[in-house]
Amino acid sequence: MSKIFEVPLYAYERSPDQDAPAPVRHKVIVVGAGPIGLAAAIDLAQQGVEVVVLDDNDKVSFGSRAVCYAKRPLEILDRLGCGQPMVDKGVEWNIGKVFFNDRQVYEFNLLPEEGHQRPAFINLQQYYFEEYLVNRVRELQAEGAPIEIRGRNKVEAIGTHPDHVKVEVDTPEGAYTVEADWLIACDGAGSPIRSMLGLDFVGRVFEDNFLIADVIMEADFPTERWFWFDPPFNRGQSALLHKQPDNVWRIDLQLGWDIDKEREKRPENVIPRLKAMLGEDVQFELEWVSIYTFQCRRMEKFRHGRVIFAGDAAHQVSPFGARGANSGLQDTDNLCWKLKLVLDGKAPESLLDSYDYERIHGADENILNSTRSTDFITPKSDMSRILRDAVLDLSEHYEFARPLVNSGRLSVPCTYDGSPLNSADALDGPERTRPGSPCPDAPLEDGFLLPRLGGKFTLLTIDADAPDVIEEDGIEVTRLALSVKDDPTQELKRRYLGEAESAVYLIRPDQHVAARSPSFDEQSIRHAIRRATGKEHANV
Amino acid sequence: MSDLILTPNIDTPDDFYAVLLAAHEGLGKDESDALNARLVLVLANHIGDRSILSQALKAAALKQE
Ligand SMILES: Cc1cc2nc3c(=O)[nH]c(=O)nc-3n(C[C@H](O)[C@H](O)[C@H](O)COP(=O)(O)OP(=O)(O)OC[C@H]3O[C@@H](n4cnc5c(N)ncnc54)[C@H](O)[C@@H]3O)c2cc1C
Repeated sequence: MSKIFEVPLYAYERSPDQDAPAPVRHKVIVVGAGPIGLAAAIDLAQQGVEVVVLDDNDKVSFGSRAVCYAKRPLEILDRLGCGQPMVDKGVEWNIGKVFFNDRQVYEFNLLPEEGHQRPAFINLQQYYFEEYLVNRVRELQAEGAPIEIRGRNKVEAIGTHPDHVKVEVDTPEGAYTVEADWLIACDGAGSPIRSMLGLDFVGRVFEDNFLIADVIMEADFPTERWFWFDPPFNRGQSALLHKQPDNVWRIDLQLGWDIDKEREKRPENVIPRLKAMLGEDVQFELEWVSIYTFQCRRMEKFRHGRVIFAGDAAHQVSPFGARGANSGLQDTDNLCWKLKLVLDGKAPESLLDSYDYERIHGADENILNSTRSTDFITPKSDMSRILRDAVLDLSEHYEFARPLVNSGRLSVPCTYDGSPLNSADALDGPERTRPGSPCPDAPLEDGFLLPRLGGKFTLLTIDADAPDVIEEDGIEVTRLALSVKDDPTQELKRRYLGEAESAVYLIRPDQHVAARSPSFDEQSIRHAIRRATGKEHANV
Repeated sequence: MSDLILTPNIDTPDDFYAVLLAAHEGLGKDESDALNARLVLVLANHIGDRSILSQALKAAALKQE
């Protein structure tokens, strides 16, 4: 049986563009049909923006790569129409165990906060994720949405112009040229487009190698995350065991710096390592093996005129904390509504610079967290190792040391503090919903809050009056009127009011808070809308 | 007699740990050992209370009561 990542999912087909006498101009070209490129395209197509995705391959990600998806990306995927299959197929887990040397030092429960529609985390092979995204593209096409994926269309060169981008594409049937008003580069960590534009990608390479294997086994390991520091079966290094659907288990084995990668990847060398870890008599089959060196780096700017970078092409993190795909989805969530407004002439092009500001902030937070985890897992000096081992020894006996153990900090969305799109906070409300924050979900009488916010500007009023619709310079904002009376668990009150009696929130299409106040004031809301769409620069 | 705190008590532990590692960055083994020794003495003086210090010594030796 061939594996899902071996079957072409978007096979090459000749496009009329290849026979056009002059290059055809599209609204948006997305380069790369990885998870981030597909998410960008779906988001745009759902908003009616014509989009073509070019990918040099025709299959989903080879091997599973990303396995952990956090709540916020699942919420974004809900809006893109693919959250449900992810959650249905994915496995949820809450228990983690930490081992040091030959013993378990402690166990933790993530104890996810109640009152969210989506779980804190699910594990799922990246190829399923990409398959669900491609299914969604097909569904949109069936509904007549303007979206297309072109497999085996390799971008060979690009030319940037003030009002468009020209793209040279190679296919099995020869080369052609095509143009777009905007190009989103989602061509992965090795981004050829970044190189074509001669742009930097700076940061740190961790001098270490990790053997990443997915094995299929009928084993009775529980659905938990197990992490080993310096175990007997991998001395001086670390190891991770994590469950995925279909009895597939993710195993990470740290190998150190001085190794022969090709040799280590051969099954005759991998299998004994896995046996030492899993036990001699556990039966397993290798699904996929790869060796990675991890890096934490980003581009200095994500927007370069009409070329905008997103996902791994813009920033790369080590996988401890599962921030790669998770943060890439937050990139496109941030970008696509802005691009739509610019394309419609409803916001100035400079609105796109706030994408740079906000997502660089996000990338820096992710890089900081991933770097710290990597430094804990791979101490880079004798003293770091001594301190790390001290933390682990203490963690076995004393609770205080456990928060210091860092085998990956789970991905949480960042708050765009200081963003030029935020208005000053006018509500004496909870910290977690201050301007810039991603809206936390809350249970309502009837369903959950986030699906009610949808993907447009919303005026959320809680026990406050306001008009049902406000239009400000082409931007339409619809009211969602709620009351603490629709709040069976009081979570809406806890998350959005705190001590306040009432509140009015201006919420952006990506469900981040733009402004909030205790009551509706027309002038300040109009001002906040202008600000959130890049039309107003300083607080006047 | 007051008790040694053995439950989490450091605000933003990852930030603290990063600062601790940074203090050792670039130091040789001897210099790092000396830094740790001075740090123990500085913290001990801050605590002052001998009974807490005895409990801390026991805790660090991983000797359960
Ligand atoms: C071992 C491992 C574990 C991971 N675990 C997690 C995790 O648990 N959670 C998480 O969130 N992330 C994780 N990640 C990261 C995650 O896999 C990446 O962040 C994610 O795949 C990035 O998606 P992307 O769409 O930006 O890039 P990619 O998936 O790399 O896609 C880039 C696409 O661009 C195409 N392309 C490249 N060049 C061209 C060209 N010239 N013309 C046309 N097309 C081109 C490629 O064919 C490819 O399809 C992990 C990564 C690894 C390696």
